Amino acid sequence: MRRPKQLLENEDRLVTRMGAWFPGERVVFRGKDLFNELSHQRWMGLLLYGITGRLFTDKQIQLFEGIWTLSTSYPDPRLWNNRVAALAGTARSTGALGIGAAVAVSEATIYGGRPVLGAIDFLLRAQKHLDKGFELADFVNQQLQQNRLIAGYGRPIIGIDERIEPLTEFAAQLGFRDGPYVELAFQVEEILLKNRFRLHMNVAALAAALAADQGLSEQEYYQYSVLCFTAGMFPCFINERNEPEGTFLPLSCRRVSYNGPPRRSWDESADVNDRHKE
Amino acid sequence: MAKNKETIRSKIWGEVAEENNPFAAAACYCSGYDVYGDLLGKASWIEYLYLLFSGERPTAQQARLLEDLAIALANPGPRDHSVRAAMNAGVGGSTYASCLMAGLAVGAGQLGGAHEVAIAMGYWVECGESSPKWHDRLRHPPEEERADIWSPIEHPPGFDPHGASCPTPVRQTLAYLAEVSPGNALAWLQQHRVTLEAAADCPLAMSGVAAAAMIDLGFSPRQGEMLYLLLRLPGAAVHALEQEDFGWRRYPFFGDALELQDDPGGKTTND
Repeated sequence: MRRPKQLLENEDRLVTRMGAWFPGERVVFRGKDLFNELSHQRWMGLLLYGITGRLFTDKQIQLFEGIWTLSTSYPDPRLWNNRVAALAGTARSTGALGIGAAVAVSEATIYGGRPVLGAIDFLLRAQKHLDKGFELADFVNQQLQQNRLIAGYGRPIIGIDERIEPLTEFAAQLGFRDGPYVELAFQVEEILLKNRFRLHMNVAALAAALAADQGLSEQEYYQYSVLCFTAGMFPCFINERNEPEGTFLPLSCRRVSYNGPPRRSWDESADVNDRHKE
Repeated sequence: MAKNKETIRSKIWGEVAEENNPFAAAACYCSGYDVYGDLLGKASWIEYLYLLFSGERPTAQQARLLEDLAIALANPGPRDHSVRAAMNAGVGGSTYASCLMAGLAVGAGQLGGAHEVAIAMGYWVECGESSPKWHDRLRHPPEEERADIWSPIEHPPGFDPHGASCPTPVRQTLAYLAEVSPGNALAWLQQHRVTLEAAADCPLAMSGVAAAAMIDLGFSPRQGEMLYLLLRLPGAAVHALEQEDFGWRRYPFFGDALELQDDPGGKTTND
């Protein structure tokens, strides 16, 4: 048994390199004075510095902002996470509650958090595989066989991803189009298009590749992505907040399609349970 | 206007509309029971909760086990991570929903939280009541090649990595629930606790008792995770309200606790 040794050592003791507030005086942000050394950082630069402890160039920060601008925030309340913000608006909850819940909901399996993390994880593992001298196609096909999907390839609702082209063009303007992970991501798509499932790349793979080319680790990229959908959520909340309450896609009773047990009485089912026990 | 009216499919809930308003229910049926016309006044809260999760009303023994488990889990106390998160919201005057959201977010985790319960229930599904399987699984946890939003759990699920011995409330809860349970998992855990703790190199935690109880109630790991989140909310709620009343001046800020290791010392550097 380890016993509570670590708890005893840390009671009333928080050792950190991340930063601190010196009330009325200054703020230290990962080893730098916020007001003096980081005051000219763009917000995205500060966010990335908080996540990685590294300062990025203006072009890199433009790229990370551009990924968010072009590929993560659609103000469409039919999308599942945005719909939470819209529902909060129509139900007259607060903005922070609606957006907070929608951010948490964005950590989904069919979109958002899991594919975002899965895409960079796949590319980083693929590169390790190549570094060992193995064939990319072998790795891709093995992963597809083993997991039945590859994060960053294929897409629910529609196969083609309209975000690939504008994000590729944007990355090219900044000089980031031809990084090794971007090349790798397109090579994987070529392999998957020859497969019987004919999976196209979606923007999760491209964005992950662009970030990997800038040296982000899988965990750094995950943290960077947590807030990426927020710009599209506010319009959804605001629109419903400004409409008459409760009018966002209302559902009448018959829109619930019940297919459970037939009608029964509580008292009679108690008898069944008693008999069952005997 | 949409061409086809899409519907929400449900095995749990059906409604009949009032004649004068299609958006107001005249009757609501939960797994076939008329909630407001029959069930209300006859079913206890815990029976209704079981019905919602399982689709069937519980036997008296199942209801008893779930109710006692709910009492054991309702308030982990103000030192618990999830309750502390809720109190942090309460003391600053945050919305009450945010108090519970904070409690849920922190209490969802893999150290005493709901995802740990789900993982522990996965072990039950895999190992059942086989000591060799449990010992092997506790010593050799599964390894996933792919990364996930949940990082790999850092200790045997259902056990306390910082424990010295199994705390009295955990032993009391296990002993009592094992006695009233209609299933075998709790009784088996009670019987094999000491050898499992040796294999895990950690004492059993309340999350481990909860996982066994959920198995005895017939719930899946997904259902167990949800129920555990739900059942621990009362403590988060009341402690958040309490700290709001006391105010932030009487709530720990840990003013002297922080030791900053990388401090530029107020000087401007240009590197």
